[in-house]
Amino acid sequence: MLTPEKLTEMLRLMRRIRHFEERLTGMYDYTSYLKKGDTAGDMYDFASKGIIPGAVHLSIGQEGAQVGMCAALDRDDYVTSTHRGHGHCIAKGAELKPMMAELMGRRDGYSRGCGGSMHIFAPELGLLGGNGIICAQLPLATGAAFSAKYRGTPQVAVAFFSEGASNEGTFHEALNLAALWKLPVIFLCENNLYAATTPAEIALASPDVAGHAAGYGIPGEIVDGQDVLAVYAVAEKAVARARAGAGPTLIECKTYRFTSHAGAGKGQHNNPAELAEWIKRDPITLLEEHLRADGIMTAAEQEALKQQVLADVEEAVVFAKQSPFPSFAELPVIPGTEL
Amino acid sequence: MRPLTYTQALSEAIREEMERDETVFSIGEDIGPVRKRDELWAQYRKNRVWQTPISEAGFAGLAVGAAMTGLRPVAVIMYCDFVTCCMDPIVNQAAKLYLMSGGQIKVPLVIRTPAGAGTREGGHHSGSLESWFVHTPGLKVVMPSDAYDAKGLMKAAIRDDGPVVFIQHRLLHGLPAQSCPDGEWIVPLGQAAVKREGKDVTVVATSYGVPKALEAAATLEGEISVEVVDPRSLVPLDLKTILASVGKTGRLLVVHEAPRRGGVGAEIVRRVTEEGFSLLKRAPKVLGGLNTPMPYSPPLEDACLPQPKDIVKTIREMVG
Repeated sequence: MLTPEKLTEMLRLMRRIRHFEERLTGMYDYTSYLKKGDTAGDMYDFASKGIIPGAVHLSIGQEGAQVGMCAALDRDDYVTSTHRGHGHCIAKGAELKPMMAELMGRRDGYSRGCGGSMHIFAPELGLLGGNGIICAQLPLATGAAFSAKYRGTPQVAVAFFSEGASNEGTFHEALNLAALWKLPVIFLCENNLYAATTPAEIALASPDVAGHAAGYGIPGEIVDGQDVLAVYAVAEKAVARARAGAGPTLIECKTYRFTSHAGAGKGQHNNPAELAEWIKRDPITLLEEHLRADGIMTAAEQEALKQQVLADVEEAVVFAKQSPFPSFAELPVIPGTEL
Repeated sequence: MRPLTYTQALSEAIREEMERDETVFSIGEDIGPVRKRDELWAQYRKNRVWQTPISEAGFAGLAVGAAMTGLRPVAVIMYCDFVTCCMDPIVNQAAKLYLMSGGQIKVPLVIRTPAGAGTREGGHHSGSLESWFVHTPGLKVVMPSDAYDAKGLMKAAIRDDGPVVFIQHRLLHGLPAQSCPDGEWIVPLGQAAVKREGKDVTVVATSYGVPKALEAAATLEGEISVEVVDPRSLVPLDLKTILASVGKTGRLLVVHEAPRRGGVGAEIVRRVTEEGFSLLKRAPKVLGGLNTPMPYSPPLEDACLPQPKDIVKTIREMVG
């Protein structure tokens, strides 16, 4: 049973993801893509130019899946993430200041400015990094789960991925190994219906990613990703199963990305009616309504929480801007491989 | 002292490291219960030797994830050619994680892979792909040419915070046992070995190129004095020992089995030319495999690889 404190914390984490990402709008620089002659068209919000030098992939709209999953984890459980990973980090407990500093390429970033938006590592939180290679994080999480089992710790590992990743061979290799060896890993698919600009309906032979679970003899759950509490319920069961040594679970959260593949533009879906339908089921709105209906929070308390998060985000921006760039002498190179 | 084969040396190294460190385990295809004849492994079969499905990208990625979280895997890619099925975990993950994480994540992983041609196995079981890994920042690359080095370098590779690609030429396994000390020893990465001293020409040879170069040197005995240097690890590369040898002989020939174009020989020649040009009496040369996929038929395969007679001929041209 979720306590009022835990429910409030889940709302706070969803708001932190939402407002952190919303604040990025206008802070990243896609004009550099234009200069390089990138012809990716409306994949990118080219109007944007700013203090974040590289690519930023937003997951606004998917916070329910991210927080619902991570709320079922302990601090030392592992998470491997995607190129669209800010939400996974924040949901797992990452601080906003070193995240923002990382996006700006600064020394106080989680990866000391060497990783960027797609490569935020915080081993103390079990965060094993985002991955720029679609689906590469599934075998890595499977390995972290193998490691926990080998060392005899109760840790579990979660690999976040998208429906697009389910078309990669490594998806199937990871599921087979994890099922074969009953590894404590959860494969959490945020099926947001688009892989960059490619609709799932022209990329997936079967619309349900969870269906693949049957081929590996493991549970495959489909859940409403906009309902954080529904995700939590399924996640909690999967974590318990993993900790009990019963093996992996594949969870598919049906969700939607409210913004374009990279940046905050809204053009890429080219389907305003579809977007409008999904925005009606904004995961934050749904949770807030639920908490008010159950008398757990008032509208005023929710507004205060939102304002606090917005202030935290502003503090993170100020912190990040003040952080120096790393010096070349600090570049972390494995000794012996540089010559 | 006792006789030790290349195969025994590698088994011994891994077994000793497993005894020493319980985080060391071995993972790969066909390495477990089916190898009952190898009694060295008997006590470890249950938890320390993981026989995988045919799933290179899956288990190599799993090994990287395990290495990120406190273990020291030795992942076996059964043939070097099969690394194409798991280049992402090696090249995009293992090699890059330390830098991308700002130095927080170490990947103490050994990728161990039998390689090389001359075994009449055709184009998919004959590769020598070390230059791909040498070209990948973040990887160390090791190629021992005899039993002593194989054991010492494998132990060093397992203890290294990695990642290390450990390439073992398949024909080295069939060479006669070498007299080796009892007990354990370490051969540090980044230390070349002078396998034969000489004064007229330096032959830098890698892997199975070393016994071929030694055979050529023996053929030329009394005619030309050949020094054979084995870098043993290509990253890090012990340029100092190579330059010292070239300083003595003034002539450099590099011998390896991988195709000559874009190969490690070109890289060694670049380094020697840039840093030791004044030591050279004549232009350096590289003998390597031809720029062809490997054919099956024995005369064709042999013609695609540098042979001892080719080394003899080239040395005569260089010294004459």
